[in-house]
Amino acid sequence: MNPSLTLATAGRVLHQLRRDRRTIALLLVVPCVLLGLVAWMFNATPQVIDRIGPVLVGFFPLLVMFIVTSVATLRERTGGTLERLMTMPIGKGDFVVGYAVAFAIVSLVQAVVVVAWAIWVGGMDVTGPLWLMFVVAVLNAVLGCALGLAASALARTEFQAVQMMPAFLLPQLLLCGFIMPRDQLPQVLEWLSRVLPLTYAVDAMQKIAVGGGWEQTRGAIGVLAAFIVGAVALGTTTLRRRTP
Amino acid sequence: MCRRARRFTIHHVGNSTVAPAISIKGLRVVRGKNLVIPGLDLQVPAGQVVGLLGPSGSGKTTLMRAIVGAQVVEGGSVEVLGRPAGTAELRRRVGYTTQAPSVYLDLSVAENLRYSAALLGVGEDRVQATLVDVGLAGFDKRLVGTLSGGELSRTSLAVALLGNPELLVLDEPTVGLDPVLRRDLWELFGRLRDAGTSLLVSSHVMEEAVRCDRLILMRAGGILADGTLAELLARTGAPDAEGAFLHLVDEANAAARGDAA
Repeated sequence: MNPSLTLATAGRVLHQLRRDRRTIALLLVVPCVLLGLVAWMFNATPQVIDRIGPVLVGFFPLLVMFIVTSVATLRERTGGTLERLMTMPIGKGDFVVGYAVAFAIVSLVQAVVVVAWAIWVGGMDVTGPLWLMFVVAVLNAVLGCALGLAASALARTEFQAVQMMPAFLLPQLLLCGFIMPRDQLPQVLEWLSRVLPLTYAVDAMQKIAVGGGWEQTRGAIGVLAAFIVGAVALGTTTLRRRTP
Repeated sequence: MCRRARRFTIHHVGNSTVAPAISIKGLRVVRGKNLVIPGLDLQVPAGQVVGLLGPSGSGKTTLMRAIVGAQVVEGGSVEVLGRPAGTAELRRRVGYTTQAPSVYLDLSVAENLRYSAALLGVGEDRVQATLVDVGLAGFDKRLVGTLSGGELSRTSLAVALLGNPELLVLDEPTVGLDPVLRRDLWELFGRLRDAGTSLLVSSHVMEEAVRCDRLILMRAGGILADGTLAELLARTGAPDAEGAFLHLVDEANAAARGDAA
């Protein structure tokens, strides 16, 4: 790997994204609309937004980056651009990390917009440090990006790539402690929830919301970082210089 | 006469003193359940424009993918510029265009080229020079998705030329171009050859044979013929490349029937 090639790739991905107004709207507007909807639904019980808000702030980057990356890299696989890139002097790691860096930057913007919206418009209370919330959001985006890249290897069309999303992400959302506290889950599902990365992201977000700082969340953030390393490695192994 | 004599000289030099650009022995490729290339031997001389001709489905793309190291191969050896195909060092020395233009439609022409230039470690001067070479000067800011088919394939060609590679492997670079652009591109290939580049250019249009220093005719994953156009015409008595191809196919079929009987 070579930092200048990684950054060139990240810059290229950002250039592509800049032209794609609809995706930018998907990244920034849709999460705000959904959060606004939740805040409105539970207008009478404001403590609900305090519980749901942080979970959504953690989940959006994972969801959106998964979809965007799986479709974008599938397009590279089927369009011939990846085939030629793999015959050029770029490392596979440069490609994967380049994508991750680009979407980490985008997700930081997303996290700032969404958190600001949730706090000032939705009335969400965050007692812990905001910067830590941004850190977790960005980590989730990078994770979504690497998982999306790996998932794109299993799909043949963009339609199939989008269909991977429920398979990869919905089980995580169901078991992460958002719908039912994890300690009330059946034992087997509780064990299962421990091997899913979103569990740790939500855990960290919920702790930050009620006043937790680095001390309380570093364990969950460490696990999340380990998942990212694994997902990037997985994404990298799905790239092949030679294809059948 | 003069052209023929010059060709003969280059041919001679290519085969006797200069190492071949590509050397393939016993190449076997299986794609899915199909044996696409059952066992192929080939030498491509350096410093020439070599045309890889044959109908679609004859294995041209698979052979080119094997040469640039993008194809999983079952067996055999492929050496490119004296190194095994796909070696890291070759990624700077070999330029490649796929059949579908492998460029980003949502970037401008210049953004596409600058990204590849960054990967190859070449500067803005090469970007501009290459745009002139492929006849796209002034197209810098055009979004690739809005280009015509011919402009698109020339953008893709420009990416392959950026790093001044020693070997160019071009998969159907002239498909869908009007006659003027086709002539311009073949003239560009000639200039690159004169500057010392080796080129392997595929086409399914037999008329393009006259533009090549040397021809490789492919059919059903094998080499039907390999030589200069003059040699092919002399051997088959055909008036043009298409006639020579048909003659050789008939000959091969007759031989196969003879074997079976």
